Amino acid sequence: MSLRWDVLLAILGMALATYLCRAGGYAVLRATRPPRFVQAMLNHLPGCIFVAFLAPALARGGPDTWVAALVTLAVQVVFRKLALAILSGVGTVWALQALG
Amino acid sequence: METFSRAGWMRGLRAALAITLGLSPFGLVIGVISASKGLSLAETLVMSGLTFAGSAQLVVLQLWADPAPILAATLACLVVNLRMAPMGAALAPALDRIRGWRLWFTLAWLVDNGFALFVAEMRAGRRDVAFVLGAGMGMWVNWMTMVTIGHSLGAAVELRPGHPIFFAAVATMLAILVPIWRGRGDMAPWVASGLAAVAASGLGLGAPWPVLAGAFTGAGLGAWQDMRREAAAPPRDAGA
Repeated sequence: MSLRWDVLLAILGMALATYLCRAGGYAVLRATRPPRFVQAMLNHLPGCIFVAFLAPALARGGPDTWVAALVTLAVQVVFRKLALAILSGVGTVWALQALG
Repeated sequence: METFSRAGWMRGLRAALAITLGLSPFGLVIGVISASKGLSLAETLVMSGLTFAGSAQLVVLQLWADPAPILAATLACLVVNLRMAPMGAALAPALDRIRGWRLWFTLAWLVDNGFALFVAEMRAGRRDVAFVLGAGMGMWVNWMTMVTIGHSLGAAVELRPGHPIFFAAVATMLAILVPIWRGRGDMAPWVASGLAAVAASGLGLGAPWPVLAGAFTGAGLGAWQDMRREAAAPPRDAGA
């Protein structure tokens, strides 16, 4: 059960940054009315963050990844069950690798 | 109306338990990837327990190095979790009714699913903020349990790069995107975000810069669209 100093510092930075986002957002938005443009941007950030994380990963992946991504999306759209969608995606990659 | 009751806390806890199955894979994946990046179980649990933010940890683990990238990890959490700021603002009608430690402690337990569940509560006319605490704590216990199991599995089974389990990270984010999609107005910002992220990554920029470039390009375009639509149409009441 080792706990390195550099790792601990990184974790404290992560925890502090995350709490600032959780609490600071409410604190700032409550105290001041930010410009309309900033408010509109904050509304769009959640989806854009996930897309920005996924796009390079998908661009790097091959056809197996793209097929599995479509299966994951389709299962989530139809069944609205995260666990099922994730399992379907991983299962698809598994099956395609086994076939290839 | 109750503002912070034991009953509200219990209702939140039950709501979290109801989606256990949906939450578990993410914790497993974080545990497995943490082990594959060389983090000890203690380090993984301290990171998961204090940060309690799956997508941010996922991004940090992608850029993990030895020695630990302290600045990059902090910056990545700041960027990825920026989405929590508008969540807190959206809960203002309920949060404004409590103060002191209850307010600031409860905010530490704000997560995506807890937020979504509490928005449903508020729409049903309930504003008991203890719900957020109960839901957050329930998800935290699930999170720590699954991270531990994932870390043990990851250490026991040596996973080669390209192993299908690594797709679970991408699959989790893809699946989370579906309920976040609000309609056709999201199309242009999302495409812009993806293109900017791929471009930044193609330029050889490491994380978190592709995420940063994509998120702000997309959100900027979305905001510009909204402002133009607002200017064209008579403004609706700000409460919408």
